[in-house]
Amino acid sequence: MATITAPGTTEKLSRSTTASRASARRGRKVRDNLTGHLFLLGAVLCFALFTWYPMIRGIIMSFQKTKRGVTTWVGLDNYTRIVADPSFWPAWRNTVYFTLLALIIGYAVPFFVAILLNELRHAKGYLRVLVYLPVMLPPASALFLFKFYAYDPSDAGLFNAVLKALHLPTSQWMQSPTATMPAMVIASTWMNMGGAVLIYLASLQNIPGELYEAAELDGAGLWRRIWNVTIPQTKLILGLLAMMQIVATMQVFIEPLILANGAGTQDSATTVAYLIYQHGFYQNDLNGAAALGVITLVALAAFSAVYLRLTTKND
Amino acid sequence: MAQDSGTRTLISQAQLRRGKGRFVYWSLLAVVVLGFTLVFIGPLYWMVTGALKSGQEIAQTPPTLYPKDPNFSNYTNAWQNLNLAKLLFNTFYYAIGAVLFQLVFDTAAAYALSKLRPILGNVILGAMLGTLMIPAIVLIVPQYVTVIDLPIVHVSLINQPLAIWLPLVANAFNIFLLKRFFDSIPEDLMSAAQVDGAGPLRTLWSIILPMSRPILGVVSIFAVTYVWKDFLWPKLVMPDGSTRTVSVGIVAFSGGSSVNEIIAASVIAAIPTVIIFLIFQRNIMSGLTAGSVKG
Repeated sequence: MATITAPGTTEKLSRSTTASRASARRGRKVRDNLTGHLFLLGAVLCFALFTWYPMIRGIIMSFQKTKRGVTTWVGLDNYTRIVADPSFWPAWRNTVYFTLLALIIGYAVPFFVAILLNELRHAKGYLRVLVYLPVMLPPASALFLFKFYAYDPSDAGLFNAVLKALHLPTSQWMQSPTATMPAMVIASTWMNMGGAVLIYLASLQNIPGELYEAAELDGAGLWRRIWNVTIPQTKLILGLLAMMQIVATMQVFIEPLILANGAGTQDSATTVAYLIYQHGFYQNDLNGAAALGVITLVALAAFSAVYLRLTTKND
Repeated sequence: MAQDSGTRTLISQAQLRRGKGRFVYWSLLAVVVLGFTLVFIGPLYWMVTGALKSGQEIAQTPPTLYPKDPNFSNYTNAWQNLNLAKLLFNTFYYAIGAVLFQLVFDTAAAYALSKLRPILGNVILGAMLGTLMIPAIVLIVPQYVTVIDLPIVHVSLINQPLAIWLPLVANAFNIFLLKRFFDSIPEDLMSAAQVDGAGPLRTLWSIILPMSRPILGVVSIFAVTYVWKDFLWPKLVMPDGSTRTVSVGIVAFSGGSSVNEIIAASVIAAIPTVIIFLIFQRNIMSGLTAGSVKG
């Protein structure tokens, strides 16, 4: 455009065009940046309002107390109160126990299911749909199913009927403090394993067949092939999903709420997430809940740091 | 015997085709198909038929395999007593809104980060991705406090659909997924559009979006199922009986209703997501693995 509007001698033309081109380029750069940020605006505002700002606000809130509309700084008061809650340590114990059980059941089971499905050459689509189906159910629906039908403590319950038919001892399930956690992990695994199975399946399909062939020629049996080929080849995804699973199990909330009516018998179902909910929205202690949130975040960050240090060192 | 090394897995094809291997394979397949049907469809069958049984029959030992005298009164009672029509409509409305808000704001942001690349774009992307490491439960209290009294404007979003729609826009995973997809669209197409005089909005609308239909479909399906399945946040920000979602409604009513009615309501609440899944299962499964790292 600038070249057309700048007629004249050749000397003049070249000088004026470079000048106007430079300014046009600068103008366009500013304009491009402006449109770029305009396109970002909606998402950035939502992030600022609903994640970045609440993160800072949560930390500030954990050191404050609001009484009759007046906010004051109270130092570590909220922290000492939350730690002194008789449910504090049981909640952590239960959450860690849930996470460990979920690692044994909810983490190993999908991996072996994926290995199994990868070997089968028929009914592939059907089996995949089956495994993922529970993931699509609203958790409230699925958990009511478990609560009333599967974990019915009488012999009419699905699990007890099966146990009885097999001549095994029946259980009180959610009414028994020792059975509560395993029962919650089983329900949670059934509900959520589909996603992990499909992700494992995708990464199993990327393993070159020659590796298995070479291992077989070297005389490696089935388990050795899993141990020396399958697991090292899927290490990255195994590590990633372990991390995701731990973050997810730290937030177990709806399972205790629905299956165990909250805390369960003798605090057997209280989790950290449930305790945050309990303090914030039941006891109207938002500051205490914010303090527990900060404690959780710090614990998780410390864990992640250790985990990353350990896993990257091995490489 | 021809062996296709491309599909070679843990156990070789040749081994599966031989006499003993073949027997083991087919019996294993039968066990897996039967076992999986039992484990994953069995409970759903139990749920759907259980809600057709009378209260007496459900408490009977040993349990009956199918309802002796099926009656739909549990379903009709649940429909009326829980006002399920209203709850389902609310959930559907929030889900559709969530899709629109996410598509508009998240695609715009991903487009800016991928193609317009404004200054500090990478810093913003980093700050967004950083939030993926923060568990939602940690932020629930300060988020709630923010929603009941928005900073600067001092408006409460309680019982307003925006309280569900806006926080869902802040979805780093979506933006990352979309950005990665846009990154794969060749730069030549962009410059060609620019030469033709198309502005950024025009390029997004007529070039990028039509090419991104599969990923946009995946993002939309995930948004719908997320809203349908979410519990704690809608429970907090939609406390009124008339603005509740279906999951929150069922849990709220579970205290005073009969077991069979609650189960019947749970079945009804699950039907929409199951139908969505059966229609879009291919897209859902490809979307699930698109975002993951190749191992």
